[in-house]
Amino acid sequence: MTRFRVAVHIVPRKGILDPQGKAVADALHALGFPSVGDVRVGRHLVLDLEAADAAEADTRVRAMCDKLLANPVTEDYEIAGVTPA
Amino acid sequence: MKFGIVTFPGSNCDDDAYVAVTEALGATGIRLWHKDHDLQGVDVVILPGGFSYGDYLRAGAIARFSPIMREVIAHAERGAPVLGICNGFQIACEAHLLPGALLRNASLQFVSDMVTLRVENATTRFTNRYDAGQLLRIPVAHGDGRFTIDAEGLSALEDRGQVVFRYVDSTGATTDAANPNASLDNIAGIVNARGNVLGMMPHPERAVDAALGSTDGLALFESMLAAVAA
Repeated sequence: MTRFRVAVHIVPRKGILDPQGKAVADALHALGFPSVGDVRVGRHLVLDLEAADAAEADTRVRAMCDKLLANPVTEDYEIAGVTPA
Repeated sequence: MKFGIVTFPGSNCDDDAYVAVTEALGATGIRLWHKDHDLQGVDVVILPGGFSYGDYLRAGAIARFSPIMREVIAHAERGAPVLGICNGFQIACEAHLLPGALLRNASLQFVSDMVTLRVENATTRFTNRYDAGQLLRIPVAHGDGRFTIDAEGLSALEDRGQVVFRYVDSTGATTDAANPNASLDNIAGIVNARGNVLGMMPHPERAVDAALGSTDGLALFESMLAAVAA
């Protein structure tokens, strides 16, 4: 078994109003970054866990996302990286 | 008739619900701790308002896995009544007792105010003492009350009369200005398809005594008494 560090991005699903993202986009426009389009504000989680290999670590974190870490009604998630801890 | 009120770490409307049930309604209140495994034979479970687990991760997401929730879900699956108020509504959605989810208010501000609700369905076991279309004055106090559901889920709710309360103005119209959180279609409260689980963001337990500014919430508790007696 190896310890892995798995990073997960969780963001509001496209089509769902994200008022935080909109407020950030408005602020960026006001600060002279007019090229900014859509902004989504989500969460970034870093989990440290033991697994046989990177693929198993990935699978287990996906199960955690489905059960607890992300809300399937409103959020999408992606595994941003699996690295040895 | 026994009402069980669940206290999670961070609940803060459990006492209000207990007083509403025992003093305003004159029924029996049983305090339940989130680590209990026994509902002590209560007829109704109330999931109260508050900030269970500090709203960490998402409001209600962690409380939904508290030990007592296994019994609460079994209670609901037997067809027995569950009332989720505010954080209790969020917990009920996270536990899949109700469809949809509650998101951050579009204003990004916590809203604490008296609002007007319109009773959309007066045939539920929670609303049988109201009239359809009746306007109620009930307070809200939440930061994450924007109900959302996909288009398919919304039409299912509408078709089955599962939308129980909407935010309206003083004339009974569903306007954006009357909607404290930009909830989808001004939805303030829904029941599940079977009609035994009600979730609502407004606080009926804070509207049961004239000293609180409204007694419009009392009939919701009386409705549950009438439904169980029937």
